Amino acid sequence: MKITLKVWRQKNTNTSGQFETYKLDHVSEDMSFLEMFDVLNEQLINEGKEPVVFDHDCREGICGMCSMYINGRPHGPKHGVTTCQLHMRSFKDGDIIVVEPWRAAAFPVLKDLSVDRSSFDRIMSAGGFVSVNAGNAQDANNLPIGKEIADEAFMSAACIGCGACVAACKNASAMLFVSAKVSQLALLPQGQPEAKRRAIAMVNQMDAEGFGACTNTGACSAECPKEISLSNIARLNREYLSASFTAQVD
Amino acid sequence: MALTGLFLCTFLLVHLIGNLQLFKADGGMAFNVYAVFMTTNPLIKFTSYGLYAIIIFHAFWGLYLVSENKKARPVAYAMVDGKANSQWTSRWMGVLGTIILAFIVMHMAGFWAKYKFGEVPYVQYERNIVDGSMTYGPSAPIESKKEQFVSAETGMEYTIVKDLYTEVAVAFKEWWIVLLYVLAMAAVSFHLVHGFSSAFQTLGVHHSKYNGLIKFVGIWVFGIIVPILFAAMPVYFFIQ
Repeated sequence: MKITLKVWRQKNTNTSGQFETYKLDHVSEDMSFLEMFDVLNEQLINEGKEPVVFDHDCREGICGMCSMYINGRPHGPKHGVTTCQLHMRSFKDGDIIVVEPWRAAAFPVLKDLSVDRSSFDRIMSAGGFVSVNAGNAQDANNLPIGKEIADEAFMSAACIGCGACVAACKNASAMLFVSAKVSQLALLPQGQPEAKRRAIAMVNQMDAEGFGACTNTGACSAECPKEISLSNIARLNREYLSASFTAQVD
Repeated sequence: MALTGLFLCTFLLVHLIGNLQLFKADGGMAFNVYAVFMTTNPLIKFTSYGLYAIIIFHAFWGLYLVSENKKARPVAYAMVDGKANSQWTSRWMGVLGTIILAFIVMHMAGFWAKYKFGEVPYVQYERNIVDGSMTYGPSAPIESKKEQFVSAETGMEYTIVKDLYTEVAVAFKEWWIVLLYVLAMAAVSFHLVHGFSSAFQTLGVHHSKYNGLIKFVGIWVFGIIVPILFAAMPVYFFIQ
């Protein structure tokens, strides 16, 4: 396959970037999108140019590191996959592919396609945990949890924190991420003692980081590689609303 | 936005039901009497001031949020495939809302302000209390907003009110006013197709048992039936 890439190149956070066009003549359709970038970088190194910086780690679709905005969509055209699980067979010979970094005030570009997502870490540090040691796994029947609830908590916990929701949202809102992280604990008994404090702290941190507000377009869930449901956002709204009215003031 | 939006949805229903009296073939008597009630009843007056405040809050808070949300992405994408992941109505709420706000200003200047502060001629209805037959014609201005009395001599019931009905009927003979109204109702439709169900999501109401109903009411009642009935009013007078 012949592919033309328009890639965002940016030296660092403080400079503005621009698109560079690269042509690749021998792209296999079995390559993943990231492997195609490996080929591009080898080509650039051989030409004595600086390779494109992009985030990646497991390349198995579970770590949440890869973060490319491909042809106007986070993680590209496929549904429910990360960029590393996107293969070149999803494109046609001769295609022009535009690749940008996640764009949000809360995700400043570090270099090229790599962005700083530590705002997510700070939201987690604000309350995305259970304070006490929950101990070893208990006997299965000690804590009765309905199968549907357990499944729902598991679906919420599937969030890998890649930030595609923020990238997809026209407001760069982090509601899907925060709601999944609040839900995975709020649904289970271990998370409930701190539920109110958690909802308020995480939402406050989310706002402080400069993410936008949720207008329920649903783009986040549609683009999420883990298909996190919008029901999480409704749950976060419920949790936050009730916590705002009833949480004890310190 | 959710609470004020849902309040405005209930207002639309009340406004629609009241205005459906425009279709009554009684020379506008029911509508004109209703207009007096809506501008004199203390409870309605109190609610209407709340309504104006809520419209202003909903509009300007919405515009403020749009500008805040823009700040959350200072560098725009070169390419966005919005239709791949969301409905256009959900992405254009600010624009649709601005169109509706402009319409409300025009609509209130045209009818509400004219009725309250402008020169609206009076009409007198004469209804035979025995057989119900009715005639009507222009009347001299009166002191109060409405006079209604029965004459034992003539066996007639007389009603004198400001003739808002004729104002409406005359305005809707202008093709461009009719067009503006119909387009504004299209904006209301698209705004509410997203807005109604979005309000419930914001309030945390998301349940497999009720999601279908909320979506149905949002699309069919507020997205289709209400705007079409509103739009039918100018069209009805235009083709009459």
